[in-house]
This record gives sequence, C-alpha cells and structure tokens, in this order.
Amino acid sequence: MFKRNARQDLIFFLVFSAFVLSMPVLLAPIGAGYPDLLQKFAIYGLFAIGFNILFGLTGYLSFGHAAFLGVGSYAAVWMFKLLTMNVIPAIVFAVIISGLFALAIGYVSLKRSGIYFSILTLAFAEMSYKLAYSVLTPLTNGETGLQVKLRASGPVTDLINQDVRVLDAAMGIEENGIPAPSLFGLEITGWQAFYLCAVMLIAGFYIAMRINRSSFGMMLRAIKSNQNRLNYTGVYPRPYLLAAFTISGMYAGLAGALLAVTDPLAGAERMQWTASGEVVLMTILGGAGTLLGPFLGAAVIKYFENIFSAINENSLHAVLSFLPDPVENALVSVLSMFVGEGWHLTLGLLFMLIVIFLPGGLIEGFNRLIGLFTRSRKQTTGENREEA
Amino acid sequence: MAAILQITDVNKSFGGLRALWDVNLTVEEGTVHAIIGPNGAGKSTLLNCLVGRLKPDTGSVTFEGRPIIGLPPHRINQLGIARVFQTPEIFEDLTLLDNVLIPAMAKEDGAFRLNAWQRVTRRRALIEEAEHILEDVGLADQRHRIAAALSRGDKRRLELAMCLIQKPKLLLLDEPTAGMSRADTNNTIELLKKIGEKGITKIIIEHDMHVVFSLAHRISVLARGTFIADGTPDEIKGDPKVQEAYLGGAHL
Repeated sequence: MFKRNARQDLIFFLVFSAFVLSMPVLLAPIGAGYPDLLQKFAIYGLFAIGFNILFGLTGYLSFGHAAFLGVGSYAAVWMFKLLTMNVIPAIVFAVIISGLFALAIGYVSLKRSGIYFSILTLAFAEMSYKLAYSVLTPLTNGETGLQVKLRASGPVTDLINQDVRVLDAAMGIEENGIPAPSLFGLEITGWQAFYLCAVMLIAGFYIAMRINRSSFGMMLRAIKSNQNRLNYTGVYPRPYLLAAFTISGMYAGLAGALLAVTDPLAGAERMQWTASGEVVLMTILGGAGTLLGPFLGAAVIKYFENIFSAINENSLHAVLSFLPDPVENALVSVLSMFVGEGWHLTLGLLFMLIVIFLPGGLIEGFNRLIGLFTRSRKQTTGENREEA
Repeated sequence: MAAILQITDVNKSFGGLRALWDVNLTVEEGTVHAIIGPNGAGKSTLLNCLVGRLKPDTGSVTFEGRPIIGLPPHRINQLGIARVFQTPEIFEDLTLLDNVLIPAMAKEDGAFRLNAWQRVTRRRALIEEAEHILEDVGLADQRHRIAAALSRGDKRRLELAMCLIQKPKLLLLDEPTAGMSRADTNNTIELLKKIGEKGITKIIIEHDMHVVFSLAHRISVLARGTFIADGTPDEIKGDPKVQEAYLGGAHL
C-alpha cells in the first residue's frame, strides 16, 4: 500500500527495537519503569500485533482470540510440568498448539464472513472457556487453574498435582521447592522476564512487518477492500484468510505462553470474552491496520489500567483537599466511579472518544499532528502519511 | 477460426421468471462479439453464468473445449476469462499501482500462494508491467493515488487495466461506457480498439449503438431470454426482428 523500501523499514524497525529495549529507562518518568508492567506491554502488544494481522489487514473481526491466548498458557504450563522449566519448549509448544487450534476454529468460522464470522469465533471461544471449567478439568484443573507443582519423587498418579519434568530429571537438575521458569539456567523473573518478552515482541513485530509488506499482506488488504473483485481476479480468498487467522492465533499463543512464563499459572478466565474484547479495543485504540498501532494501544490500555485501578477514594481526597469540603466530597464521589474498580468506565469513555474523533486510532492522531507541522513547511506530498 | 466459447442450450430461471431460454452462442477466437438487447433481456444474467457468479439450470458452457459450469469464479479466471463490471469493481482503498499489481500477482502465483516473506517491492518485473499497463490506459501519472479518489470514468479504465494485465484469452465487458460522456466514450472506444490489436477475444454488452458498431465484428441480439438474431453489424442493422424487439422493449 505504502511503498516504503527495505531501508526505511529497517530504520523504522531499529528505532522500534531500541525503544522497546530502553522502555525501562524511557518510561520510568511516567511511573512505568518496572518489569511487571513493562512485560505486560510486550505480551499484550504481541497479542494485539497478531490480532491486527487478521483484523487490521483483512477486516475479519474475531471475537474469540482470547481462546488462543488461553490455549497457549495451558500448553506452556504443561511443558513446564512434563518436560522442563526451560522456556523454549514451552513457547514452541504453545505456539504450535494454538496454531493448530486456530487452524481448526478458523476453518469452520471462515465459512462465513462479517457478523456471522464474529459470532462463530465468539461461540468457539466461549465453548473453550466453559469446557476448560467442566469437561476438560483433567487438562486445565478447572477453577483452580493449572499450576507448576513439586516434582514427584515416587510413582506418578496425578499429573495435575505431581510434576515429572522428564528432561530436567534426565539432566539431573536439582529442585528445591517449586522452580521458576528458566532459560538454560538463567532464572526468568523480574527484568530477565521483561527482556525475554521484549525480544519476543521485537521478533513478532519484525515478522508482522514483513507480512505487511509481502504479496500475502497485499492479498489480505485486497480481501478487506473488495473480496468480490478478488474472486473474479483469480484469487481464492479462503486459504489466505485461514493463513492469516492461524498466524494471528499463533501470536496469541505466544502471548499466552509468555503470560505463563512470567507467572506459571494458567486459568480459564484468560479465555473469557472480555479478554477477547480487550484485544479488539487495543487494536482499534492504537490504529487497526497499522504496524505500530496495536502495540501502542496495548501499552496505553495496560498503562491506564495500572494507573487508574490504583487510585482510590483516599488518594482522590488527598489530591482535592484544597477545595472546600462540599465541593471536594461531591467531586470525589463522581470521580471515584472512574477509578479503582471502575476504571473500565474510563476505558470506555476513552474508547468512545477515539472511535468518534479518531477512527484511525492514536496513529491517525499522530499523523494529523505530523501533517500539521509538515504542511506549515509546505513539504506535504502525501508520502509521509501513515506512520506505520 | 476456432470457437473459443461455446454456449449450448443454457436455461436459467429465478423462481417463476425464466431469464434465459435455450440460449446458444458461439464466440470465435480473436473477435469482438457484441450482445445487445433491451433492458431485462438477460444479458447480465448470461454474463454471470459465464464467470461463475450464477449457475445455469441446464445446458453447457465450454471455454476452449473445457466445460466451465460449476467452477468457482477464481478458477474460471485462472483459465483466462476476465470481466469488467457494470459498476467498476476495484480495490477502492488501495493505490492504482496495487490495484493492478494484485491481478498480476494472481496470474503469476495462481489462486493461492503463501508468499508472506518476499517484499512486494522486490517483484520488479510485475511492477514494471503494472506501470506499463497504467500508461496504456492513461493513468500512469496517478499511480500512487488511492483508487477511491478517481472519477467514474477513470475507475472503469483502471478496472480495464486490471483485466488486461492478466492477458486474458476472453474479456467480458459489461456496458463499458455506461454513464460516460461522449468524449470519454470515444476514448474508451479507442482504448478497446487498441487492445483489440493484442488479439484478446471480447464479449461486449452495450446499449450504446455507436460503441457497438464501432467495435463489434459480430452482433447477437438477446430479447426475453433468447437470441433472436445473430450476424455481422450490417446484417443486424437491416433485421426487422431486431427493430421490433427494440421498439417493443421501448428502447432507443
């Protein structure tokens, strides 16, 4: 669509990588410079970047992508329990399993388009969610969630509560208590966990960028633009869509695996429709169809979730104490609806504002700003539109 | 001359309405074959049967001796049949260059190819070809514009370019000049004559007799779902049945 050449892309990619790797320093002034939050930026950024390959490029709105996130988490934790605490098998296995899962669900859902497609994906995700709580309890451990446990010393009777870690045992790795995920001996906690997620995000971003610029990516855009024309142009859209669906499912699986790596526990609530809705919000908020938008949307939502949900009535009183008491009390009672537990109300308002005033998301906002500056220098040729 | 397209005893009904009634038609390779007829005669229905949008109830359609009824649209296109629609079907959100590149890629890659790593910008040969075609239809200077911004006449020319880049063996044109000014119509006639030299067989559905008589080697007249006359332009001009069909159809 926008003929950026390979060199411009490389610069863009390097700047993005540098930014992601230096987030701990760059975002410290706004209070986001700690690993727990930053790794969420990276994980949900990956989720949204993958989701964007389906939704942003083809326009097919899936309401069930959280299912793949959940499947990825379960798959990763099972690897921790059965094979090894090394994160590599967990991540690889999670991506493969969620890819297969996406292939199957996509194959059926893509028989329809538009709202029917959305409903089908939603139905599959809700089915997965309910199954994880009921029939599939032997695999998911139901409401308690799947956890890493102590390695069994004797014969194993209950795989949910007794781990085997065949590979670790064979290599003679000692375990004192419940071990943390590791990368060839390096414990993945704190900053290590963030940097693992950051590297995955950068890799995922690079792949998404290449897909975006490829013939495949152009076919996906053509599907969004005019599927009818594409049919009469000799292209069969279904396999393209299925490929996009599966790739985005694998991204979700990767994100799910990273959630399990940073906190080795997989619960079914990760598959609920609210989680599927969240990734839709992230993508639209940032800018669907752009490269940077989904990551930006994910980071903004996770950041505000962190800020607003931490504020409570007391902190509001403290900030507004300079006002006369009746005004202060009235204001606090109104504002307290938007913070703490009620921060979703803020998110909803933010989302409404974006959709109404900036349908292209935050990226469109930036482009408009850049447009304002460059127009004043009389240099606008329409080439520098679209940040990503 | 060999027949490139053979339509035999095709029938198509919608509910109780019989849109096509034992339609027979032979299109010779390398000719421009016009199909004319009053509104509602079944011209578009016939075209839809040829590209796989509709499936005839009975009868057969063979393209280069191969039956094509029941094939999905993308397969029919891959055999070498391209279509220009009555209202231009283009990729409105993409640039003109991309609009032309997509059919070129479809021609080279087939109906599906997972080419997710190679940059589009690396496909130099295709891009050159696309720029060439855009030049042919007079849109080269606008190639980086978004297609939605084009005028209706330019959209038609873009759609034509999208079909031409595939070097189809048979090109179906559904009222290529409908709604165009006289000047634009003449431009289109010139353009179609120019591409006629490349030996592409064409079927044109058209109401504008000026266009029909400027281009067609052969004319078939469709009325109420069946062909009532078939001949060279001169034969058709003098045919009383044609006059009656048109007057009866309250057209022209």
